[in-house]
Amino acid sequence: MPEAVITAESLRKTYKVKGKADFVAVDDLSFEVAPGESFGLLGPNGAGKSTTMKMIGAVSTRTAGSLSILGLDPDQYGPEIRSRLGVVPQQDNLDGELNARENLFIYGRYFGLPAKVCHEKADELLAFAQLEDKAKSRVDALSGGMKRRLTIARGLINDPRILLLDEPTTGLDPQARHVLWDRLFRLKERGTTLVLTTHYMDEAEQLCDRLIVVDKGRIMAEGTPSSLIRQHSSREVLEVRFGSDRNQQVAGTLEGIGDRVEVLPDRILVYTSDGEAALERITALGLSPITSLVRRSSLEDVFLRLTGRSLIE
Amino acid sequence: MKPITQPTLAELTAEAMEWGRKPRRRGSWYVTEHMVRAMRAYGWTIVVGALGQPILYLLGLAVGLAALIAVPIPDGGREVPYLLFVAPALLATAAISVASEEFTYPVMAGFKWRQYFYGFNASALSSGQIANGVVLGAAARMLVTVVAYWAFICIFFEWLYPGAANFATSWISIVIGLVAGLAFGAPLMAYAGALEEDKGQFALVQRFVFMPMFLFSGTFYPLATLPLWLQWIGWISPLWHASELGRVVTYGKTVEPWLLAVHVTYLLVLTVGGVILARRVFTRRLAK
Repeated sequence: MPEAVITAESLRKTYKVKGKADFVAVDDLSFEVAPGESFGLLGPNGAGKSTTMKMIGAVSTRTAGSLSILGLDPDQYGPEIRSRLGVVPQQDNLDGELNARENLFIYGRYFGLPAKVCHEKADELLAFAQLEDKAKSRVDALSGGMKRRLTIARGLINDPRILLLDEPTTGLDPQARHVLWDRLFRLKERGTTLVLTTHYMDEAEQLCDRLIVVDKGRIMAEGTPSSLIRQHSSREVLEVRFGSDRNQQVAGTLEGIGDRVEVLPDRILVYTSDGEAALERITALGLSPITSLVRRSSLEDVFLRLTGRSLIE
Repeated sequence: MKPITQPTLAELTAEAMEWGRKPRRRGSWYVTEHMVRAMRAYGWTIVVGALGQPILYLLGLAVGLAALIAVPIPDGGREVPYLLFVAPALLATAAISVASEEFTYPVMAGFKWRQYFYGFNASALSSGQIANGVVLGAAARMLVTVVAYWAFICIFFEWLYPGAANFATSWISIVIGLVAGLAFGAPLMAYAGALEEDKGQFALVQRFVFMPMFLFSGTFYPLATLPLWLQWIGWISPLWHASELGRVVTYGKTVEPWLLAVHVTYLLVLTVGGVILARRVFTRRLAK
């Protein structure tokens, strides 16, 4: 196994809060990321994902623990580490007063690239982001999806070894998400290490080779998407709805059907290896759900199992 | 698909060390380049302001106020035409006026409205270099303004009072103007960087810091004309110190050596102190 490009041991980050105890954003995180791997941090808002990303991105210092990026300590070698990283932040921070091409050009200059190289890279990346016809458009005039693609393109100006993506597709329509996923797959094929945070289950399943589930700054589980589902959930899930006022009441009578029953405000989830068989047993009890759906278990179920909470609250 | 050969960790470390070398050395200039490029979006206001303001002020004062105040102004052992008396102060005011724009709204935009400082910060640049680049970018705009001002002053005086101004030394007022702008702007930048929200503070700075400074810093009349209880505004104002230095180099005003040292030291302390403070504010905020 090649040596990890990111190694975090007992990583901790706390913030001072006036008149209160320190706020613990990240608490004792340990993980490794191999070169070329696509690694995900999964968790709800406020779980500590973005804080962890900032520490990996060598912009925020850790309070305790050890962290090594590309074999270097970010506290001492911030510029060196960042020179080989690509960063796609949660919120686009392009310069709206420059046009799309200028944004790429000037960002290349930050890495000390000669002007000629910056021009070539800018054109290459505009094509990669499918924004050639918007090269001269001011960033303020671009749509959300275009800005996002431009931000990703900007993150690639220095041919980074590691690309950090913080909630890369939040706020995008489904088509724009798929275009982005396609671009990220291509990078992965080229051997770029991807580290991404998301609270979208499908995104994590699509993009991540391996992930950690984080909640309240701590790791709840770690593994590949399929192994996590295997370990923490059943093969199938039956979703039944009896109406929001009856779900809680009916759930009691469903005990024993499937491995586990979970009640959400709008539906009941029955975890089982055979969803259809479970539905038959429910109808045999004389209960007729308003709607029913049998689906494969997903990371959402894993998260629900591990934290007792839904990811998107 | 061809298998991808990944470099070893040692190779990646060496590569990062190599890539980091140039940004560590020249990062501040990269930010300056960005800030100057971004100014092109409002480039015409910069050019019109830089050329129009001196023409309007000098012409207005020359044909208006200076005609009214026909008596020469006694200043530092010399008697000079009124227009010559105010010109160095107007040059310094122009630089400070640019500083009051460049060190406020663009800083707030970088942190809050557009957040592009966070974009800079994710690259190989350090937060200190980002602060430096903002200072240098603003200085570049100030330079355009003060050079234009100085050029117009030269033209006006050659036309109206040939021989009154000393052009061999008056070019130093360009440097003085720059330092005046930075002495006012750098602490302002630290303040702007520390603001979480714009609740009209910058407008207050314009009205209650810039304007009184402009009016009570010996810009239009010698500071000693004011009652003592108002003179302190001039003493703490970078504009007064810069105007006095400007008068020394423009028409040879005589100033006690100790006072000359005070003028220079005061401006430098504000500049250096302001930059150090701004760099700290930037570092703290960008690391959040």
